[in-house]
Amino acid sequence: MPHDDHDHPHALLPPEPALRVKALETILTRKGLIDPAALDEIIDTYQNKIGPQNGARVVAKAWSDPAFKAALLEDATPVVADLGYYGRQGEHMVVVENTPAQHNMVVCTLCSCYPWPLLGIPPGWYKSDAYRARAVREPRKVLAEFGVTLPEGTSVRVWDSTAEIRYLVLPMRPEGTDGMSEDELASLVTRDSMIGTGFPRVAS
Amino acid sequence: MNNCVTHTAPEPVFDQPWHAQVFAVTVALNEAGRFAWSDWAARFADTLKRNGIARDLDGGDDYFQAWLETLEDLLADQGAAPPQDVKALHRAWEDAYLTTPHGQPVHLR
Repeated sequence: MPHDDHDHPHALLPPEPALRVKALETILTRKGLIDPAALDEIIDTYQNKIGPQNGARVVAKAWSDPAFKAALLEDATPVVADLGYYGRQGEHMVVVENTPAQHNMVVCTLCSCYPWPLLGIPPGWYKSDAYRARAVREPRKVLAEFGVTLPEGTSVRVWDSTAEIRYLVLPMRPEGTDGMSEDELASLVTRDSMIGTGFPRVAS
Repeated sequence: MNNCVTHTAPEPVFDQPWHAQVFAVTVALNEAGRFAWSDWAARFADTLKRNGIARDLDGGDDYFQAWLETLEDLLADQGAAPPQDVKALHRAWEDAYLTTPHGQPVHLR
């Protein structure tokens, strides 16, 4: 289909589902149920403002401040709200700590529940049938495919998110990071390390 | 510490503009109190399960196809967007694209 043809006589026809979405938008806007400007604001928020950098700040602070970490593990929702991370899909957040004895990983077996205020919108693989089905059944194998191998003595605990509870993994602080500032530490925290399918970056 | 940490290029949050639009419509309706998010999640989980029987969903376009199906069904059930209205506007938009000269903004007529 020569869709980039500049001599095309008419406007480029969007894909079929895009037209269905436009149809819904038109109906809902005409009924006053949605406001197109509010839609742009929502998209801008998740495309540009909210993402794993939020969760990384929380992790870096937990690595730096024992009192903060204790409060975070006790009841994360109000603690991260104090940092400005609250709202949609973050009504009840639970932070689970990785230790030498236990590695944690997060899945949503039913759909794609995820702590939006801390991590933004989930990546494609988190939403895939393969990950959702296998994370619980064979977590070590899935982790190995992400390049995560654990010592034999480390158990794996899989947390299944729901529309009510969203989990964030607190990874272990990497070696060789003594004396680093929170900003420096935050730059080591990857999205996958907060889902449990990765480790933080190694300090350079 | 210098800034030599290698970051992989961030993946786009939404691969397609319509993925972003259908997401935003759903969030906006939830915020306006049209439905509870737990009800949405339950319906969406059902759609994913149904669509995943024939083949494994990869979490990309097929994920948002399932999302759109769920939203259409929900709005049909609520009477907010009856299927015949959706179909008519779908055709109207298609027609608008096919009859608007290339490069011109597309409007419903």
